[in-house]
Amino acid sequence: MNRYSLWQYVMIAAALVVGLVYTLPNFFGEVPAVQVQPQRATLKSDSTLLGRVEDILKKGNIAPNGLFLDAASVKARFPDTDTQLKAKDLLQSQLGEDYVVALNLLSNSPRWLASIGALPMYLGLDLRGGVYFLLQVDMKAAIAKKLEATLNDVRSNLREKRVQYSGVAREGQAIAVRFREQPMREKGLQEISRTLPDLDLRTVDDSGEFRIVATLKPEAQKKTQDFALQQNITTLRNRVNELGVAEPIIQQQGADRVVVQLPGVQDTAKAKDILGRTATLEVRMVDDEATNNPAAIQAAVAGQVPFGDELYVERGGAPVLVKKQVVLTGDRINDAQPGFDNQTGEPAVHINLDGTGARIFQQVTRENVGKRMAILLFEKGKGEVVTAPVIRSEIPGGRVQISGRMTTQEAQDVALLLRAGALAAPMEIIEERTVGPSLGAENIRIGFQSTWYGFAAIAVFMIAYYMLFGVFSIIALTANVLFLVALLSMLQATLTLPGMAGIALTIGMAIDANVLINERVREELRGGNTPQAAIFAGYDRAWGTILDSNITTLIAGVFLFLLGSGPVKGFAVVLCLGILTSIFSAVMVSRAMVNLYYGTQRRIEKVSIGQVWRPQAAAK
Amino acid sequence: MEFFRIKRDIPFMRYALIFNVISLITFLISVGSLAVRGLNLGVDFTGGTVMEVAYAQAADLGKIRESMARLGFSDASVQNFGTSRDVLIRLPVKQGVTSAKLSEQVMEALRKDDARVEVRRVEFVGPQVGRELFEAGALALLFVSLGIVGYLALRFEWKFGVAAIIANLHDVVIIVGFFSLFQWEFSLPVLAAVLAILGYSVNESVVVFDRVRETFRNRKLRNLTVPQVLDHAITATMSRTIITHGSTQTMVCAMLIFGGETLFYFALALTIGILFGIYSSVLVASPIVMYLGVSREDLARPEVQKKPGESGAVV
Repeated sequence: MNRYSLWQYVMIAAALVVGLVYTLPNFFGEVPAVQVQPQRATLKSDSTLLGRVEDILKKGNIAPNGLFLDAASVKARFPDTDTQLKAKDLLQSQLGEDYVVALNLLSNSPRWLASIGALPMYLGLDLRGGVYFLLQVDMKAAIAKKLEATLNDVRSNLREKRVQYSGVAREGQAIAVRFREQPMREKGLQEISRTLPDLDLRTVDDSGEFRIVATLKPEAQKKTQDFALQQNITTLRNRVNELGVAEPIIQQQGADRVVVQLPGVQDTAKAKDILGRTATLEVRMVDDEATNNPAAIQAAVAGQVPFGDELYVERGGAPVLVKKQVVLTGDRINDAQPGFDNQTGEPAVHINLDGTGARIFQQVTRENVGKRMAILLFEKGKGEVVTAPVIRSEIPGGRVQISGRMTTQEAQDVALLLRAGALAAPMEIIEERTVGPSLGAENIRIGFQSTWYGFAAIAVFMIAYYMLFGVFSIIALTANVLFLVALLSMLQATLTLPGMAGIALTIGMAIDANVLINERVREELRGGNTPQAAIFAGYDRAWGTILDSNITTLIAGVFLFLLGSGPVKGFAVVLCLGILTSIFSAVMVSRAMVNLYYGTQRRIEKVSIGQVWRPQAAAK
Repeated sequence: MEFFRIKRDIPFMRYALIFNVISLITFLISVGSLAVRGLNLGVDFTGGTVMEVAYAQAADLGKIRESMARLGFSDASVQNFGTSRDVLIRLPVKQGVTSAKLSEQVMEALRKDDARVEVRRVEFVGPQVGRELFEAGALALLFVSLGIVGYLALRFEWKFGVAAIIANLHDVVIIVGFFSLFQWEFSLPVLAAVLAILGYSVNESVVVFDRVRETFRNRKLRNLTVPQVLDHAITATMSRTIITHGSTQTMVCAMLIFGGETLFYFALALTIGILFGIYSSVLVASPIVMYLGVSREDLARPEVQKKPGESGAVV
């Protein structure tokens, strides 16, 4: 009776130790740090980068507190924010544009803790400051673009196979092809279904015309939507990298939404601007005579640009003089994929233009065979020539292939850049939450204070009312908070301000279990039971009730978690975890202590549980 | 120390009818207030923009309102938020303007008046997201209720499940009614608090019902009538109920005092829930259980069935 076997004590002790170790990182605070991340996929974060960073800092007379290599970046800690800023500027200017140098707050906990997975809690935006955006992709527009591209394909297809049609047009979410005669339509049907399997074809006979109405198959629609979302996410990621934010979060949410979280961002205006911005793409003609004339190029580089031209640099560094007139803009590009040249097998980039773009392109290529055309990418106001191929022949149908003088990697890069210039579908910000850094720090203070003072008040009461059993209860409560914090740190669950309120609430609710037990023991003693039996009965009888009442709160917590979002989700997580830890600590931990103290005594005179008021004595 | 020196079972059930009438009145007041005045829904549910800005000294609300009117928001709500230096600006949803532009416009206008204004917080919720959050909240309420009824029906008996949910939804209606009566802001955290209270409040009912079950099964007390059993259960658990609620309320008081504006309505909702929770779970749930006709058999342990042929000793 009232004894725990050894393994139970060991288990509880082990749990306490684990709880302590995993709670520790939270107490070390954070230090200013700088994070260096490579921008291009070809560059890696490795020991050479580490060495470079070290050298740069040494030459600049800046001594970091710690310098280490992470999976994706090199991180350096500094004693204060001034040094941090100096280091950032120095590193950014020395490493150039291929690397992003971001300001960060790193935990000061020792490395050995991090190596066993003990990290401080992940603070939500309302505690850290930062920006949260929810963006919605206009899926209708994405499908419309795809339909445009398909329209092109249908047109060029039918023309190639010399199927006579009287018109091709988009009607809402479908494409209608009109024929004058039935046999032509049959042929058309065959051709389209052979070359464009993504379409559902339907024949409609309408007032003397024979029509085919084509819609995208549901799978094809879904594929388009997924692709649009993915491409937008990639574009966003590239742009967020530019902001130099450490640990940004860009995630898909549902079928058509993207979550962007930028912790620690101070300048929200800039963030919004960059996220909403389009990198523009332009197609212009190259001024061939001037570009091929070395003297003219030299003069242009020196500052004298010929009238009607602009100077840009190719990828590789060669200067190119490009005519000012814009032939085609980037929003005419539907898609750009790396691939291989049809004839030569060289790496190439395949571009799809939309209807208008295709027509313009055909005209331009017809009139300028043999001349060079430049595709320019404008970002931050600066332009770069992505590629400047020679026009070999008239190109109809909007399907363009650029090949020659590029490796497969370059083809991929070019395709990426061309896609970055054109978002697959427009995005709109439908939810935004910004928290300034000062508010973040204050929220932490608020949460901490309320929890601490409330806990202290409860502790005083419990010990005064229940004496030794009160002490055991409070120790169990402390263990509860320890386990909760450790669990939150281990799971890296997001802690928000409502989450901290959740911790406070959990403490208030956890005390219930101990009160149940203590009251029951008192009742048993009042009823005349022996001390050992009373203690045993108290724990025994209370267990069922504790389980039932906690499970019902757990049900509430679970649904809050499933249906809540943002800060409320943080609250729900803490609530659920708190219930689990409180069941464990209120029953097992407090019982272990009681067993250690009372269980081993052969006979107990009095149980230190405060006053056990007996009504019979008063009634007499 | 013993606060609860109760000699005999307090005859609560004798006054069951009075308690129910009181509950009904408060319930009707809440519903009436909801119908007439509605809830002061926060931006989370209606959509719109909320900005919290801080000035170095006391803010001139009139000037801010003028600036907002000039931007086209004559119906902007501008209030002090905690101290006289903090201002909360609420802008309703405007068609065609994304918040990205909106908050920047507002900040520019404010900066023109006073360059040292600091943005502490911006929240923009598009109207459809607001609607979604509202629906999700309603769904959460529904599922939690069903879940609880189901669980209690499993552990006890369906009458207890139904009684507990009615009593505790009554709680929820009271909290929401308070918010409607005083037009306090009903935001997402407040909804979270309400759901937490629903779960917590059922706690109470469970403790009492557990005692009821134990009392029914107790041989020494088998001659108690159903109302007497309920009285005994409530009286026996009274001390635990008061102490627990007191402790939880202590934590919530700490939140009320130290939590500042952000946690205020959240803590307020919790406070109302905790206080009324005592009342509803004990004095509303039990009478309902009684009216539903609970009896000893509902909770009795299954008896061993005697085979019809054997009535006594068999050689």
